[in-house]
Amino acid sequence: MKASVGGYARASDLRHALELLSGSGGLGRILAGGQSLIAAMNMRLSAGDLLVDISRVSELSGVSDAGDRLLIGALTRHVEIGGNPLIRQHAPLLSQAVQYIAHAAIRNRGTIGGALAHADPAAEFPACILALGATLHIEGLNGRRDVAAEDFFRDVFETAIGEGEILTGISVPKAEAKETQVIEEVARRSGDYALAGLCLVKRPAGHRVALFSVGPRPLLARAAMTALDKGDVEGAAQALRDDMDPPSDTQASSAYRQHLAQVLLRRAAARIEGANA
Amino acid sequence: MTIEFGNPDRPNSYIGKTVPRPNAGRLVQGRGRYVDDIVLPRMVHVAFVRSPFAHARITGIDAGEAKSVKGVLRVFTGKDIAEVCTPWVAVLAHLKGLKSPPEYPIAVDRACWVGEPVAAVVATSRAAAEDGSALIDVDYDPLPVVTDMMSALDADTPVLHEDMGDNLAFRRLHEAGDVEAAFKSAHKVVSTRFRTARHTGVTLEPRSILADWNPAEGQLTAYHATQAPHMIQTVLAEHLGVPEGRVRVICGDVGGSYGIKVHVYPDEVATAAIAKIMARPVKFVADRLESFTTDIHARDHEIEARIAVEEDGSITAMDVDDWTAIGAYSVYPRTSAIEGNQVVNLCGGPYDFKNYRAQTTVVFQNKTPTCQYRAVGHPIAVAITEGLVDQAAAELGMDPVEIRRRNMFRDDAYPVTSPANMRFEALSHHASMNKLMDLMDYDGLRAEQAELRKSGIHRGIGIASFIELTNPSPFMYGIGGARISAQDGCTVRMDPDGSLVALSGVTEQGQGTEAMLSQIVAEGVGVSPDKVRVITGDTQVTPYGGGTWASRGAGIGGEAALQSARALRESILTVAAAMLQTEQSRLDIRDGQVVDTATGESRMPLEEIGRIVYFRGDTLPKGLPRELVQTRHFITSDYPFAFTNGVQASYLEVDIETGVVKLLKHWCVEDCGRIINPQLVDEQIRGGIVQGVGGALFEEIHYDGDGQLLNGSMADYLVPMAAEMPDMVVGHVETPTKESLLGAKGAGEAGTAGAPAAVMNAINDALRPRGAQITEMPFTPERILRALGVLKD
Repeated sequence: MKASVGGYARASDLRHALELLSGSGGLGRILAGGQSLIAAMNMRLSAGDLLVDISRVSELSGVSDAGDRLLIGALTRHVEIGGNPLIRQHAPLLSQAVQYIAHAAIRNRGTIGGALAHADPAAEFPACILALGATLHIEGLNGRRDVAAEDFFRDVFETAIGEGEILTGISVPKAEAKETQVIEEVARRSGDYALAGLCLVKRPAGHRVALFSVGPRPLLARAAMTALDKGDVEGAAQALRDDMDPPSDTQASSAYRQHLAQVLLRRAAARIEGANA
Repeated sequence: MTIEFGNPDRPNSYIGKTVPRPNAGRLVQGRGRYVDDIVLPRMVHVAFVRSPFAHARITGIDAGEAKSVKGVLRVFTGKDIAEVCTPWVAVLAHLKGLKSPPEYPIAVDRACWVGEPVAAVVATSRAAAEDGSALIDVDYDPLPVVTDMMSALDADTPVLHEDMGDNLAFRRLHEAGDVEAAFKSAHKVVSTRFRTARHTGVTLEPRSILADWNPAEGQLTAYHATQAPHMIQTVLAEHLGVPEGRVRVICGDVGGSYGIKVHVYPDEVATAAIAKIMARPVKFVADRLESFTTDIHARDHEIEARIAVEEDGSITAMDVDDWTAIGAYSVYPRTSAIEGNQVVNLCGGPYDFKNYRAQTTVVFQNKTPTCQYRAVGHPIAVAITEGLVDQAAAELGMDPVEIRRRNMFRDDAYPVTSPANMRFEALSHHASMNKLMDLMDYDGLRAEQAELRKSGIHRGIGIASFIELTNPSPFMYGIGGARISAQDGCTVRMDPDGSLVALSGVTEQGQGTEAMLSQIVAEGVGVSPDKVRVITGDTQVTPYGGGTWASRGAGIGGEAALQSARALRESILTVAAAMLQTEQSRLDIRDGQVVDTATGESRMPLEEIGRIVYFRGDTLPKGLPRELVQTRHFITSDYPFAFTNGVQASYLEVDIETGVVKLLKHWCVEDCGRIINPQLVDEQIRGGIVQGVGGALFEEIHYDGDGQLLNGSMADYLVPMAAEMPDMVVGHVETPTKESLLGAKGAGEAGTAGAPAAVMNAINDALRPRGAQITEMPFTPERILRALGVLKD
């Protein structure tokens, strides 16, 4: 199929992008790396969009040290996340996650902001920022607001970003001294979306477990986190059943996804055990 | 006339060597010319409105809104096209009982699968044609659907085509010996249910056609991505009412075929019909969704099979009940009964036993039609046979290699006829197995497997012997009435500069046909391959031929090339002998020079002969033949098919917690007869293995109960990718066929034939200690966990 585009404009800066968006009569759509949007347009799953291209808005790209947090610009590409030394040191979960994301050509163009705003429930980055307890920065013509990762993901492809707003970046808390972060997933082929995936962050204050590809949005497995805090890995694995109600599709049944999540939790816990040994 | 193939130091020894592909540089530099690269003056584009229902009556089509879209020129319904194009019925006389209703290029009053064309929109761009398509308002009256294969013939299942009486397209029972008695007296009987999933070929270049009707010449020219240009010429001529001689099919670069592009597709014929109506060039290039919904599917089989063995492992009987559902129509003109028929022909293929019964039942359903795809029927037959043999070995406590050695036809037993009535000229099962054992260090791997099992690592080794049908004679299609040539021809010409042009009826799909032809012609005449230009794929230029399918390019097209090259060599030497005033028998051609045979001393370059013949013919004796163009044709006549053989092995690890299979290594030893280009053969084998692995682990087209296709994209239909592929070791045994001077049989499908069975057997070898077995492809992680009993609901 050939894409049916309503229009295209390239934003010179964030303000310009927000103006273009507000002038689009509700048809505006942000184009960043284009790795999901262009495919959807080429299948005519999305037609008539007025594309607002923010890929040249340099202020939205890059990683910086903000004291106890890292500030990651929304336009920072997957490949940059994977290679960035600040992220490797302070948010290694994101560095690890990059190896699972698609293929090199996609990682070269895809952006973290695009992945989060797209909110594919099978994608890695949304679960990562949920596990890390990151904050998302959203800007509109009326100003800027911050949304906690827990409140950001609403449903399949639905987020807290409002009409006329743009996700500009995220703040990720720096890993504490004794913190460990691991990601595990099972996919049919290298680079495919996971059949099920799991991020496990162990902090002095407690565990955080985020699951992906097991529901309409990435989710915090609170029951499992509580069990892990008590040192009960098997209990945590069992508790996962209460934390999720995965869908069935042509790739995997709900039961298989549940089973995988449990296997992944045990493996992640064992890896953390190994890392701390 | 002989060539000392055994002597690698013979002059012009290009046959058997890896030489550079003449078209590789052009393709790699992006200078290929695929159908979509061709732009003609006044060219327009067509997009098709396709049925969203698996079965529905078409009660009305309103194109009013579509016609107002900018760029849209015209809209065609099935009735419009039927006025200039007759429907076809895909049956063959020798497939007794095969039936199929008339099929139209665009559905006239009833759509029978999701994706069937119901209208065509022609516009100045594909995008505009799609905009128009979206606005065509079709009224459908949904009809009951038939989707399940095994209940298609039940009394309470609706009949898909009323005129056909029932949903049975074809049934064939073959029986040899006394099967019941053999099973009764057997030491052990093993029976299993197998399933192979619906696949499609997923060519890099989608189906493409650019049809141009020139009323001034009364000629239709079709630039077409096809494997069989002459067959398409016949089909377009017949159904569009144009004399065959006024249809020209040009097949330039083709981006992969795998059998997908050897069939007649309704949308492609409709494109040609529209070109004839509009008298201007019309282009249709399928997009990826159209590829998944309308390229032929294949391999959707369910099988109950059993094998009888004696205590010593000898096979006494096999009994196979094969079912397949082919969609709504048998595909024209090769028919959709061939795959099931091949299962009957090929089961038990490597083994010497007497009692054999096999039946295939081919039914209609409301899904995309299925037809021949790479290694037609082979992966199914090999999986059935090798799966049963492995299970029998396990039951007997026998090594899987040993049970095969006890049953394979002896290497000195040929010629023999199999219980399925296949005639084998000469195969090498034992030599191939011996070579495989050496290559893979079988005993060492078994020891490693046992050692790792102690630490909870589950590895498996799977073996699969196979036969592969190649080089079909007219017994495949011609005797059934199809105008599909089993013969092929080649014309070789020497130009004044001593360079050669070879025109062949077989075609290039990206697999290296032109490289193969160039080195055969180079050796046959006595020049280096870079002096040979090869032209294929133009029905008004090349000799008439069948094209490229059933691994026939090298065996049939290659032999025609060799014969014509040798004939040209003689013609050149006739002139040379006259010019040099010597006996022709004392001259040879080596590296573009006429030389003294005995001493190798150069007597004259070919350019000199070219100069004299073309510009100074007056200096040659009057009446001296100076025919520097020679054509020869070749057809097999001693055997209905050539057969090749081989054996594959897979080594893999199963993660019994997740069900994920990791392929560690794969081996294939095969005997394709004479190897012309070792690298091309090895890569054919590797590519074939990858496609076979796809069937074993990944590929499966899903439909729901309403006949809706559920996975029509590259994200949802999983093809094997490089990261999952193991290292592959390819070895060869060479038993040339005596039917030809060249001795080549064919290598295009061996990898695909054997790989799924090897992988299946390896997985089951890994699972056996845990009492699990899996025979439903693809072997997804979830299916493996269910076989293990880890998942129950």
